[in-house]
Amino acid sequence: MMHVDDLLAAISTLQRGDIEAWIREGLVTPQQEAGTLHFTDMQCARVRLICTLHYELEIETETLPTVLSLLDQLYDTRQRLLSLTAAVAAQDKTVQAAILAALEINGPA
Amino acid sequence: MKDPYETLGVKRSAADKEIKDAFKKLARQFHPDLHPGDKEAEAKFKDISAANDLLKDPEKRRRFDAGEIDASGAERPQERYYRDFADGPSYAPHATQDGFANNEELEEFLARAFRGGARSRGDFQARGQDVNYELPVGLLDVANGATKTITLPDGKTLQVTIPEGAEDRQMLRLKGQGMPGFGGGPAGDAYVEIHVEPHAFFQRKDDNIHVEVPVTLKEAMLGAQIEVPTIGGPVVATVPKGSNTGTTLRLRDRGIRNRKTGQRGHQYINLKVVLPTTEEPELAAFLETWQPKTQQNPRKEMLP
Repeated sequence: MMHVDDLLAAISTLQRGDIEAWIREGLVTPQQEAGTLHFTDMQCARVRLICTLHYELEIETETLPTVLSLLDQLYDTRQRLLSLTAAVAAQDKTVQAAILAALEINGPA
Repeated sequence: MKDPYETLGVKRSAADKEIKDAFKKLARQFHPDLHPGDKEAEAKFKDISAANDLLKDPEKRRRFDAGEIDASGAERPQERYYRDFADGPSYAPHATQDGFANNEELEEFLARAFRGGARSRGDFQARGQDVNYELPVGLLDVANGATKTITLPDGKTLQVTIPEGAEDRQMLRLKGQGMPGFGGGPAGDAYVEIHVEPHAFFQRKDDNIHVEVPVTLKEAMLGAQIEVPTIGGPVVATVPKGSNTGTTLRLRDRGIRNRKTGQRGHQYINLKVVLPTTEEPELAAFLETWQPKTQQNPRKEMLP
């Protein structure tokens, strides 16, 4: 768990006004407890990612939500794909082979 | 630790702007969070970041150039990427079940499923664009099938096989004949829309062919064996005795072969009686004296 001040100290490029704006826009959603914001490790990593996108890759403030939304969709899709893969992997070998064969037929040329 | 200039692909004399641009380009290409599932990306991005940290700082860059510090002097502390959470086992409820200890094994299974699977960065592949063409063809080309050659704007030629029985506005897909792919990716497809041009005397209605055939007065009156055109070449047809303009003959199975059923349509011949175009004094003289057995008024229904 980290607070905004910890984050500002840990990431030298991060500006207070920026992270406040990102929170307002819902790009990162820390929990609020007794008037203080708490960031989980995952949220801290997300703030780092937003910092890289914004300060280093110079993705503009207006474009950030789009990029993050696409990334979220990518991760979400990967989660589903990996869950699906795990489900396939749990089937017995003949079922697995049948699915792999079907993918060969319909899959990328 | 590799030489930071080499890592970013810039000259030692590169301006700050060039270094920044090179880093931006590489970071977009290798940032691990933008490439979940790519194991190499993290190591590459670490090198790129370290090189950038060193070279973007004029003081550090001067000291490195002067040999006062080595490249590793600028190495970043290990940080955890977003993908470690969003894509990692702690976030994924499935990760520990079914003997798959981690996502790596799942990725491997996926790679098998999608032959080649996750490709490493810098090996960007994309399918080429599809292209569209219109191809004007004759009715006989679609009636009998044909091979046509399209010359593309770049001088390349494309062989198009018109299937027998193809329809007007039918779209043909030529797999892999579109724009070339990138980085070894497959080429796009070419889509060719067939435009059937009207024929001088054959008309197509579905699988049937309609044609108007002129016959002489004598052929119509007395009947005859006449040669008529079909889409497969001339054939002999029988004009029955007492035929007239508007009499229809049917030539079985002389139409277009249906693509789905394999059945051929028919050819319908619409006869049209034509009078002699040159002087026929004997015929005229005969008609002068001719007394019809039945009085005929063909305009009866048109007049009050």
